Amino acid sequence: MKISFQHINKWFGKVHANNDINFTIPSGTIQGILGENGAGKSTLMKVLTGFYQADSGEIFLDDKAVTISSPEDAVMMGIGMLHQDPLDFPPMKVIDNFLLGTRGGLFPNRKQVEKDITRLSQEFDFQINPDSFVETLTVGERQQLEILRLLWLGVKVLILDEPTTGISANQKEKLFATLLKLASQGLTVIFVSHKLEEVEQLCSRVAVFRQGQLVGEVMPPYDTDQFVYMMFGKSVEVADKSTFRSEVPYIKLENISLEDYRLRLRDINLEINCGEVIGLAGMEGSGQRLFLRMLTGLMRPVGGSILYGGHNFTGRTYPVFQKAGVAYLPAARLEEGLIPGMTLTEHFILSEEHHELFVNQKSAIDLTEDRIREFYIKGTPASQIEQLSGGNQQRALLALLRNKLRLILMEHPTRGLDIESAIWIWSKMKERCKDCTSIVFTSSDLDEIIQYSDRILVFFGGLVSKPIDADTTTVDELGQLIGGKGW
Amino acid sequence: MDVATLTTLAGIVEYAVPVLFASIGENFTEKAGLINLSVNGTIILSAMSGFVVAMTVDSIFLGFLVGAVVGAIVAAIVAFSSITLKQSQVAIGFVLALLCRDLAYFLGAPYTNKPGLFLSKVPIPVLADIPFIGPVFFNHSLVVYASYLFIIIAYVFMFKTRSGLMLQGIGERPSAAFARGANVKALRYFYTILGGLLIGLAGPMYSLAVKIGWAGQLSGLDGIGWIALAITIFGGWNPLRVAFGAYLFGGLQQLGITLQSTTNIPIQILQAAPFPLMIFTLLLVNVGRAEWVDRELAAMPEKPRIVLSKILRALRTSPPASLGVPFENE
Ligand SMILES: Nc1ncnc2c1ncn2[C@@H]1O[C@H](COP(=O)(O)OP(=O)(O)OP(=O)(O)O)[C@@H](O)[C@H]1O
Ligand SMILES: [Mg+2]
Repeated sequence: MKISFQHINKWFGKVHANNDINFTIPSGTIQGILGENGAGKSTLMKVLTGFYQADSGEIFLDDKAVTISSPEDAVMMGIGMLHQDPLDFPPMKVIDNFLLGTRGGLFPNRKQVEKDITRLSQEFDFQINPDSFVETLTVGERQQLEILRLLWLGVKVLILDEPTTGISANQKEKLFATLLKLASQGLTVIFVSHKLEEVEQLCSRVAVFRQGQLVGEVMPPYDTDQFVYMMFGKSVEVADKSTFRSEVPYIKLENISLEDYRLRLRDINLEINCGEVIGLAGMEGSGQRLFLRMLTGLMRPVGGSILYGGHNFTGRTYPVFQKAGVAYLPAARLEEGLIPGMTLTEHFILSEEHHELFVNQKSAIDLTEDRIREFYIKGTPASQIEQLSGGNQQRALLALLRNKLRLILMEHPTRGLDIESAIWIWSKMKERCKDCTSIVFTSSDLDEIIQYSDRILVFFGGLVSKPIDADTTTVDELGQLIGGKGW
Repeated sequence: MDVATLTTLAGIVEYAVPVLFASIGENFTEKAGLINLSVNGTIILSAMSGFVVAMTVDSIFLGFLVGAVVGAIVAAIVAFSSITLKQSQVAIGFVLALLCRDLAYFLGAPYTNKPGLFLSKVPIPVLADIPFIGPVFFNHSLVVYASYLFIIIAYVFMFKTRSGLMLQGIGERPSAAFARGANVKALRYFYTILGGLLIGLAGPMYSLAVKIGWAGQLSGLDGIGWIALAITIFGGWNPLRVAFGAYLFGGLQQLGITLQSTTNIPIQILQAAPFPLMIFTLLLVNVGRAEWVDRELAAMPEKPRIVLSKILRALRTSPPASLGVPFENE
């Protein structure tokens, strides 16, 4: 299906999220959409799928003007969207997820649908069991499930909003193969991303957005520097690999064993030095989260001991770890890290240590303004946290970290951030390493892990590798280990 | 088996019925993502109005109808103030719980201890003659038979039908349900009112069938609504487990009645005991969610740790993820 945007405008209060957007996507192509955080990419896609109504402008499908007033309308017209965080129902079964929202009689034909799922999975080489629960799937599998569902509903346009942020390299290859196959069958694919190399590899044409405007359309052959310049209006330098690792061990893990109801990790031994950065690689759900939560005191190991600066912390609780200078930035920013409904100022008030009963509003606002400036947060002290774009929420989370920390634990610190923000955030974190702060982080982006870690641990199905030196390993080697080869 | 035991068992089946309707009604509402906290007041008010209407117009059917309507109206107030006016569901529900109860005592005062109508027992031919099963399950009034069907229908609807899947969807993740074509607000209205209607039916079930009559404050209905709320949680938002919880509570109540005639434990204790016991069970079911329990478990030796954590996981239930969270399209 051919899609054409004509003079699309969308405002959120004073923010002009889409400013007079005009462009056409021909049928059967893979259209890339690039742009910095907050450029308006998701907004345009949500206008196309009926989540938002444009303030003005028109959309043409195969040269016919259409009004898309709800997501359901969009699916009826053949447009389906895979959201970055798949819009599915984790506690329900795969088959129920498939059926939820379908039209028809009171009792759906489960047998038939089960067959359809199996047939489609085979066609695309996915392994999805209709009877498993969605919450037991990895993010990559949940994306596959959504793609299958949308294809099953018969969409002719498939929109993917940053689909590669939560999945492993293998899953990514599979996804790209699927998309190429679909495009060759005549489907129109819209691929929204920050990652230049992915867009270059996959897309047959690219539209670049900046600050609500379409700054240009590009055809192959692509030039990476040109993309960067179009996205940011300037060139962006990747920082040199720097290390502040000292030879002083600060944290010692001795024969640590961890378990939850589906995973057991046995006998982990590790020393983390002052100023050292350790990257945790592995498929989601391979134990990285247990490991981080153990280091924060949120999870008690079933065996072994934890020494922090010579003190035995085994069995201590989170507040004790916090006092000792441990901070934890969880992946689910809005659920575990920030408090929706509260303003930036209120967040700073909560995170600072206080000794008096009443809050000094004036000084709190001053502090907030300082941090907003220092961390380039696009927002005001009175902005509510959920109104910030994803990249700015992440900046806020980092701005909340207190000074003088000994250990920072982060899950996917740059997930969903554009390159410029990611580089900037890491430069801020590395500055802390100079003061002997150690960092342990997880990421599904192996380039990020190799670039910023001193040593790397790979997790696979309950196994934890020996520390691997980041200078001597490669993306390929890590990829093999993550996939379970070479143990 | 002796007659006394059979009577006790039959009593459990009967006593569980109103609680069962109220809890499964609340189950519908909460599955959709709303909390209707007014249950306790609703049951008392609908018990009174059902009894009074049935007596005045001489129609049991109208008595039940009025009870259901009262429940639906109270639920509609909860829905309107939380979905449309965006006020706190918990606050409004709590206020209504108190208000409806006191309103019932006030309006019902002139009818206290008046003789009225009641549903008589209708043994089911053939089935009632089966030994044991017959007297326990098939020698009751119509509401009891209705409850058997109701449990099955509620379960099948919630988990096996298209509409039931959507119901789970709007309580679990309304934004995703919206993306799949649900009118989330309208559906939440619908299921809150439906739930209220079922809760409202519990009232006349007491006053016209199970605990016949209206005795004002002495009717012994105060507190049951709170238990119904607890049973919904105990039941993990699954009508089958909720029904089991209702029978458990019915059992505790019956036990009290039996002990009353056979021992000399003070009657006040026997009447009050089912309530803390029920709350204790609730705690037991959900204790596995607490962080300190995880920590204690981790400190145990391997064998008991594994067994215990399996048991706790099996007991554990989790609420609809968006329970109590308002929904906006944009
Ligand atoms: N629901 C909303 N309410 C208010 N402002 C919004 C809303 N959605 C988006 N915005 C604002 O509109 C602008 C564009 O946001 P959009 O989500 O489209 O960016 P994006 O290009 O998808 O960025 P990212 O790469 O971070 O996902 C941002 O400034 C954002 O803060
Ligand atoms: Mg976006």
